[in-house]
Amino acid sequence: MKVLVPVKRVIDFNIKPRVKADGTGVETAGVKMSMNPFDEIAVEEAVRLKEKGIATEIVAVSIGVQQAQDTLRTALAMGADRAILVLTDVAVEPLGVAKVLKALVAKESPDLVILGKQAIDDDMNATGQMLAGLLGWSQGTFASKIEIADGRAVVTREIDGGLETVSLALPAIVTADLRLNEPRYASLPNIMKARKKPMETVAPGDLGVDVTPRLTTLSVAEPPTRKAGVKVESAADLVARLRNEAKVI
Amino acid sequence: MTEHARETMEFDVVIVGGGPAGLAAAIRLRQLAPDATVCLIEKGSEIGAHILSGAVIEPRALAELLPDWQERGAPLNTPVSEEAMLYLTESRGYTVPMLDRVMPHMRNHGNYIVSLGDVCRWLAVQAEELGVEIYPGFAGAEILEEDGRVVGVATGDMGIGRDGQPGANYAPGMELRARYTLFAEGCRGSLTKRAMAMYNLRKGVDPQTYGLGIKELWEIPKDLHRPGLVQHSFGWPLDDRTYGGAWMYHFGENLVSYGFVVGLDYPNTWLSPFDEMQRLKLHPSFRKFFEGGRRIAYGARALSEGGLQSVPRLTFPGGALVGDAAGFLNVPKIKGTHTAMKSGMLAAEAVAEAMAAGKAEPASYTRRVRQSWLWQELRGVRNIRPAFARFGMKGGALYSGIDAMLLRGRAPWTLHHRHADNEVLESATVSTPIAYPKPDGRITFDRLSSVFLSATNHEEDQPVHLKVRNPDLWKTVNWDVFRSPESRYCPAAVYEAVDTDTAPRLQINAQNCVHCKTCDIKDPAQNIDWVTPEGAGGPNYPGGM
Repeated sequence: MKVLVPVKRVIDFNIKPRVKADGTGVETAGVKMSMNPFDEIAVEEAVRLKEKGIATEIVAVSIGVQQAQDTLRTALAMGADRAILVLTDVAVEPLGVAKVLKALVAKESPDLVILGKQAIDDDMNATGQMLAGLLGWSQGTFASKIEIADGRAVVTREIDGGLETVSLALPAIVTADLRLNEPRYASLPNIMKARKKPMETVAPGDLGVDVTPRLTTLSVAEPPTRKAGVKVESAADLVARLRNEAKVI
Repeated sequence: MTEHARETMEFDVVIVGGGPAGLAAAIRLRQLAPDATVCLIEKGSEIGAHILSGAVIEPRALAELLPDWQERGAPLNTPVSEEAMLYLTESRGYTVPMLDRVMPHMRNHGNYIVSLGDVCRWLAVQAEELGVEIYPGFAGAEILEEDGRVVGVATGDMGIGRDGQPGANYAPGMELRARYTLFAEGCRGSLTKRAMAMYNLRKGVDPQTYGLGIKELWEIPKDLHRPGLVQHSFGWPLDDRTYGGAWMYHFGENLVSYGFVVGLDYPNTWLSPFDEMQRLKLHPSFRKFFEGGRRIAYGARALSEGGLQSVPRLTFPGGALVGDAAGFLNVPKIKGTHTAMKSGMLAAEAVAEAMAAGKAEPASYTRRVRQSWLWQELRGVRNIRPAFARFGMKGGALYSGIDAMLLRGRAPWTLHHRHADNEVLESATVSTPIAYPKPDGRITFDRLSSVFLSATNHEEDQPVHLKVRNPDLWKTVNWDVFRSPESRYCPAAVYEAVDTDTAPRLQINAQNCVHCKTCDIKDPAQNIDWVTPEGAGGPNYPGGM
């Protein structure tokens, strides 16, 4: 069974993002970038499937700038077999990503695509669902458990107030939630070995996909800073302040 | 426990530390010996993540290493255009006249204001293009020694739990074996410290003396920004017995680097370098630039101030010390990048020679250093820092003026560093308490909101990397005599004295640590040992820092 795992290069989760002074976006120059944490979980799950003898090959894909190579190298060090970089300077939106992945699915014919449920930079939570729609495949989103047997994937989904278990016919799309697993370290020996694993670079145009953005960002702003609170003297004081200062009652 | 499980890889040269010294050494090695395999490891999550400096740099060594650095796009973009040295009283700042003559070392014509982290990121790209293998996120945790010779280092284990036992994600460290190992860990490196002990490298030299630099990066309104401005100060808020001062550099896109250095030979146990740094921002000579700006990053790092008298033996069988691990900072110039790079290059030349001749020790490094401009430069300024320790801030300033104008660095005598920094702290009863103003949340801040801006992270479930050798000693020495100086000198709120009214004990918040190494230096009983935490832990200083 072949597994395709798309991974995104995002601002590292330790970094506090800083809005550019002109409000056009978030500062990324010189900012530490890493693999989207949900994508790490997706890679880990694919590697575990391979270790169980279920998956035979893991192909990692990233769509983005040249440095997305580093993200792919991490996936290779974790255990992916080979990597494809779809090289573009455009900030590709979920629909564009889904179209690129659809083209790669046609080329690679995987039985399973595992994605992170969302990227921590734009929090879109859309690519997996769009890809399932474009391909007409079954989808199991927000997965906290995946079991593969008899040509089907049994996926436990984290839903509001509980868990839902779905059984999907393969090929299928699964998106990884936080509790699916705890990703392993990319160890130094594995990082060294990953340097020798194959990495292919293609352009979106080679795949026949137009990734030109369709959304326009009007402005990006930091949340307003919260004002310091005050200690009220009594219930009457509280009511008076709510009425006269806050004007909410 | 883990020895049997470790994998091994062999290289010609392994370099520990991806700062300017290590990267310059790596580049020089591949230039001289294109077939040599060179591996560089860095404990930060990426190159630049742990680099903290002002920084105004002199491009001399860079130009020797990569003469076409400008065409290659080195991020040296803001030339120094304006500079001032201020003597501060509490409410006023007096500009030192004729700076060129009184303090010739401070002449910054031809120098650049940079983010040293960005310079290192760029140097790493140059090194990788030359075939150097760079692995950030891996800390050198252990020196490998065989038959009295260093034969490489081992990286730390990953995934060890707080209890010291391997967890579910345990990954053993790796042995990086090498014919030559260069320690480029910067000031007070943890492996450097061990190498010094193993080979007795400090025998016959003065104790090293240090400073602690604390830095903030600000973005300020465009109309206040004066690109190329370099402003230094001394005097207030430090007393005459405490060496130190502030810097402010305007560079890049409305960026301001502000920081403060305190000599760690300060005597007053109540002194808090962090709070001195914060309150100095309120001085009229500095405050005007911060109004309306926003602070975007924070960090701290110790630096070596001992100069020539404190430089240890530089080589041992199987390797050498380079950069601030050896202590090549030029104190009156307040610059160490050019000297660090130069020392890395000279070590690389010595290693290339030793490799060709099949010698175990790259011994010609010492001679190369002594014959270079690096030695000349440090020799000329060798008496200035000890003069401050001996004559106080005002006397030291007077001495350095005389040294510069009359003696021109050619004094026939050499002043020595007589004490290590941990030996000079005075007890809590003798020291004068200092009342620091409360942070206003706009221009001045507390420690925790500051550490937050260093983007520091450590895997939570791991052993504490700040090893207190004898826990009882903390109570009898640190608390009873000095009232927990670590809770004041630590710029990252790692150390906290708790239950002080009942049964005082030390709480260590190791996950806050920004890897400045001050505790390893200043702890009065030398009871704290800084060892490397899990790789990739520590601060994540952003671009511009």
